[in-house]
Amino acid sequence: MRIINSFFYAIGQGFKNLTRNRWYTLASIATISACLFLFGLFYSIITNFQYMVHAAEEGVSVTVFFDEGTTEDQILALQADLQVRPEVSKIDYESADAAWEGFKEQYLGEYADGFTENPLADDANLQIYMSDVSMQPALVTYLESVDIVKTVNRSEITASTLSGLNKLIAYVSVGIIVVLLCVSIFLIHNTVTIGISVRKEEIGIMKYIGATDFFVRAPFVIEGIIIGIIGSIIPVVVVYFIYNEAVVYIGTHFAMLSNLLAFVDSTVIFEKLAPISLIIGVGIGFLGSFITVRRHLHV
Amino acid sequence: MEKSFRNKMSRDNGASKNEVIVMENVTKSYNEGAPALNGVTLHIKKGEFVFIVGDSGSGKSTLIKLLLRELVPSKGTIKVMGYDLARIKRRKIPFFRRKIGVVFQDFRLLKDRNVYENVAFAQRIIMKSNRDIRRNVPSILATVGLAGKYKSKVNELSGGEQQRVALARALVNRPDILLADEPTGNLDPGNTRDIMKLLEQINENGTTVIVVTHNREIVNEMKKRVIKMNKGVIVNDEENGVYIDEDY
Repeated sequence: MRIINSFFYAIGQGFKNLTRNRWYTLASIATISACLFLFGLFYSIITNFQYMVHAAEEGVSVTVFFDEGTTEDQILALQADLQVRPEVSKIDYESADAAWEGFKEQYLGEYADGFTENPLADDANLQIYMSDVSMQPALVTYLESVDIVKTVNRSEITASTLSGLNKLIAYVSVGIIVVLLCVSIFLIHNTVTIGISVRKEEIGIMKYIGATDFFVRAPFVIEGIIIGIIGSIIPVVVVYFIYNEAVVYIGTHFAMLSNLLAFVDSTVIFEKLAPISLIIGVGIGFLGSFITVRRHLHV
Repeated sequence: MEKSFRNKMSRDNGASKNEVIVMENVTKSYNEGAPALNGVTLHIKKGEFVFIVGDSGSGKSTLIKLLLRELVPSKGTIKVMGYDLARIKRRKIPFFRRKIGVVFQDFRLLKDRNVYENVAFAQRIIMKSNRDIRRNVPSILATVGLAGKYKSKVNELSGGEQQRVALARALVNRPDILLADEPTGNLDPGNTRDIMKLLEQINENGTTVIVVTHNREIVNEMKKRVIKMNKGVIVNDEENGVYIDEDY
């Protein structure tokens, strides 16, 4: 019962501390919010970049044509072989007849009646779509080594551009995360330093009276966690609105780019961003208060 | 005076069960310069009222910090209420401190809380139930003469009243020893007398009271045991002693 009393007392004091040191509370919330706001923006932008690059990657295909006399069974066997490769996402088989039908429809129309035989009899092909464009050279090398394969058509420039873009995004991500981390550490260090000067006397008094480390620490840690929760909710909400507004704005003002710019739905982004931000916010709040108090417990 | 000091020292050589503080040959050195405390031996019995006097730099503050286990002695042993302060484990220090009430010159109250909460805080630390707190806090506030001010913020009180709050906080857990470090240093003569009367009353109820002070008038008026320190050593220890400035 007494422990429960102390527990609720610590929680009550944690909430009261928020209003006792209003400026410190506001500074801490602002610091965490600023860090997580930058993180949220960055996360949204990177997620969209990755989504667009991935969408472009999925449109890149390799077309394989076969030697004269290759049977449909041989082609279908190769298709089954390729389908199990991890870098392959989809394979479309186009038979010689289907190729001719498509050609007729697209280019000849009624003039096709003069053809009694299929002029594209050797143009049965496999169109291979990839999940990872950077593996295209390896796949092409393999295909060219297969006996029945005559030619492999691919766009090397597109593939190398996309895999280069992927690498660039990875480097930029790491770079921005490092910068954000440094900025966060600097800001949080400053806030914790302010917290120390505010708390020093109070912690000293508690220790002289005979408070255990746990009793001294608990209200501050609870206060830190509450600050972390508030400090993470604010930027997530702000980024959510900014994101939705930005998507609408770009959609209306840059309509000609609508084919290129396909945005990730906000719910997809925020169902990950919200918990990540909350964990980071609570983590910063917890550690910040824990470290602040620890420095003064040796009284 | 020198003779009586020697008599006292020999009398206390064998530690009796009645002693609540036993310091044997305690030295405390900081990084530089002469030791702040040099070979101090001091025995204080349960229920005593002791003044510790001396000029700035005489070692009084170091002595108090050692008794509160804020500092660890460089040499010698300190036993307070049976706790060996040179060897006590860190996690046991709070439990040791609960046996000692402490009052400072600058009151050290939690300024953002009212009188009641400042005193109740000491009870919450020892996990008293809310019902006990509601009974004990008003009772101790009445003892120190602040029954009507329990809702006041401490920074709205006078110096004398703030020191009474500090006293109430120190006493509410019924400590065995009350340690008062310059308790009247910031008070006018009227409040000084009131606080000293309270300390005397507390002592009469069985609590050992140790007062560190510069106030000659009070020391000389009260006729209690007086321990005088100078340059880190005890130069005089006398029952019914007086505090005389030897420069005059």
